[in-house]
Amino acid sequence: MAAQIFSAIFVIIVGVGGCVAYFWGANKLVDLIFPSRGVAGAAAIDNLRRQGLVRPWLFVGPAMIILTIYLIYPVVETLRLSFLDRGGVNFVGLANYEWAFGDREFRNSILNNIVWLAVVPAACTFLGLIIAVLTDKIWWGTIAKSLIFLPLAISFVGASVIWKFIYEYRGEGQTQIGILNAVIQHFGGQPQVWISLPFWNNFFLMVILIWIQTGFAMVILSSALRGIPEETLEAAVIDGANPFQIFWKIMVPQIWGTIAVVWTTITILVLKVFDIVLTMTNGQWNSQVLANLMFDWMFRGGGDFGRGATIAIIIMIAVIPIMVWNIRQANKETGGH
Amino acid sequence: MAVATGNSFASRFGVHIAVLVFVAIWTIPTLGILVSSLRDKNQIIASGWWNSFASSTQTEAGRLPAASTQVEKDGKFVLEGNIFGDGAKRNISAFGVKSAAPTQYPAGTSADLGDGEILQLNEDGSFVMQSPKAFEGDRGQRVYYASSAPPKFTTENYRTVLFSEGIGRSFMNSLTVTIPATVIPILIAAFAAYALAWMRFPGRALLIAVIIGLLVVPLQMSLIPLLKLYNGVGAFFGMPSKTYLGIWLAHTGFGLPFAIYLLRSYIAGLPREIMESARIDGASDFEIFVKIVLPLSFPVLASFAIFQFLWVWNDLLVAMVFLGTEADQIVLTAKLNALLGSRGGDWEILTTSAFVTIIVPLIVFFSLQRYFVRGLLAGSVKGG
Repeated sequence: MAAQIFSAIFVIIVGVGGCVAYFWGANKLVDLIFPSRGVAGAAAIDNLRRQGLVRPWLFVGPAMIILTIYLIYPVVETLRLSFLDRGGVNFVGLANYEWAFGDREFRNSILNNIVWLAVVPAACTFLGLIIAVLTDKIWWGTIAKSLIFLPLAISFVGASVIWKFIYEYRGEGQTQIGILNAVIQHFGGQPQVWISLPFWNNFFLMVILIWIQTGFAMVILSSALRGIPEETLEAAVIDGANPFQIFWKIMVPQIWGTIAVVWTTITILVLKVFDIVLTMTNGQWNSQVLANLMFDWMFRGGGDFGRGATIAIIIMIAVIPIMVWNIRQANKETGGH
Repeated sequence: MAVATGNSFASRFGVHIAVLVFVAIWTIPTLGILVSSLRDKNQIIASGWWNSFASSTQTEAGRLPAASTQVEKDGKFVLEGNIFGDGAKRNISAFGVKSAAPTQYPAGTSADLGDGEILQLNEDGSFVMQSPKAFEGDRGQRVYYASSAPPKFTTENYRTVLFSEGIGRSFMNSLTVTIPATVIPILIAAFAAYALAWMRFPGRALLIAVIIGLLVVPLQMSLIPLLKLYNGVGAFFGMPSKTYLGIWLAHTGFGLPFAIYLLRSYIAGLPREIMESARIDGASDFEIFVKIVLPLSFPVLASFAIFQFLWVWNDLLVAMVFLGTEADQIVLTAKLNALLGSRGGDWEILTTSAFVTIIVPLIVFFSLQRYFVRGLLAGSVKGG
């Protein structure tokens, strides 16, 4: 273990030192090859221009190389693999896609993913908005927000253990140590095995992600609400609007842009959700989702790269509309700069 | 945002109550595992953690002493003593001698066990057993009893988990993965962000668009090709394909789009006059970056560092693909996932392990929340 700590420290030094050495050295090299000081006027201007051509690429170079290896090449390769067989050797055309849409587990995953997409972003945004509005009105709002924000720092696996403890089931009449069944038994209900209840178990898994992500929605929306001009609210009050009208007709329309951002961010997260399903049910009891199914096929029976890649591509297709929208929004904003 | 409506006492009271309910729902789950991790393991399964400050009732089994300790009194053979050999103070409410009926007789009453044998077990654990015949055998009579134990808190679970369940080692592994994977991307991203914000070159707009596009590419797209690549590289050099170096680079790659995006939007917002006056003074881009941009960007660098730290520490997917599951490589999240499988019902192990895995993020989060929130706002509101 000492060797491990030593190698980690060594890597930090080499990594950071290497970066510094590269940027400093490459910069010096450009100055040496195209000197701009101590040469005649015309040549200096010429060299300055050449420096200006080369230097930006030195700055973005390392980032571009890493991004190419770790993200751009894999996207192309995954697309290619989705048309190959399990070992990634023989071309099989659309066979993987045909398999996917005929596979019961895959169709179940798609269906579950649609339910997740319909419920989680909406619930997080709605709860986040409500809490943001309410906490703005009380003196201990900052503390309350901090506590609701806290689960955002907890890993999905940690959160799964936390909620598994809440859903813990003991036979009827026994002392329940899971708080949910304890409450239900206290009020005379029947304790349930929540994570294997057909169909509804999905919702008990979604609760975990909602619990984590509501804090994110709350913080973003809270800051957007602060940006609403006071005058619009005062005018509404003078016109005799009640709090609900003010909320729905004055506040919400003014922060539509932010709501859309929160919604899409959580949507992408939902598409990638894997840890919660893996740790809670591992896809049993019809709770499978695409990301976990993909992981499963990566290793199932020695790994089927063709099918795994196909599932990844289907997740990617769902993300593309949001990606295009993001790029257009960003272009609109940075167009001038 | 001082809305003048809803200021009547009732509605203000309602707001306080509503927020209190939300706060309770959001904190009780975490509180549950914290409290449970500090409880005695027998009490965790005997009563809900919300009752942990009350005495808990549990059914236990004990054995009366062997026949050799009997004394003869008035023609009867008698065994006497206290069932709690350890001197623990517990109250017995009922007892029995069959596992099917462990609470058949109330404490303090005499139970007729047949053949003239009579057993009396009192609340404090003292017992008297009488028989007309001599007791035989080395093993005494088995006795079941329901006792209530006072609340017992302990750090024993933490000791077990850290030193014998391998969580301590995994903690070190997580640190080993997280710190380099947080530090390395910062400088690489900062240089790229500066170039994209303040240098003019063909293809810049396209690069920015590509990076914004990469922000949302699901990790799942990268896993299989990178797994193949790593296996290939490992085989080529005759090395294992699952190494710390591999995961450091992977996290660097996956973190870069967000890092560049976040840093670029901040650096682009630095005042133009500072850059231009430095340029007029003859400073090169490199000097401007090192002497002006880097120091001014400290808050956003801190924001990114916190994000990356939390993301790498909490990651399960990348660790499961690029690191092994042996003790020398398994990180906390993967270890916790493995424990869920192997120690499914042992809540003292699970709650304690879970708390160990979330404690570092919670500390980072609470001490640096300001930077975290700033990063969150800059990262999602501006460009989306």
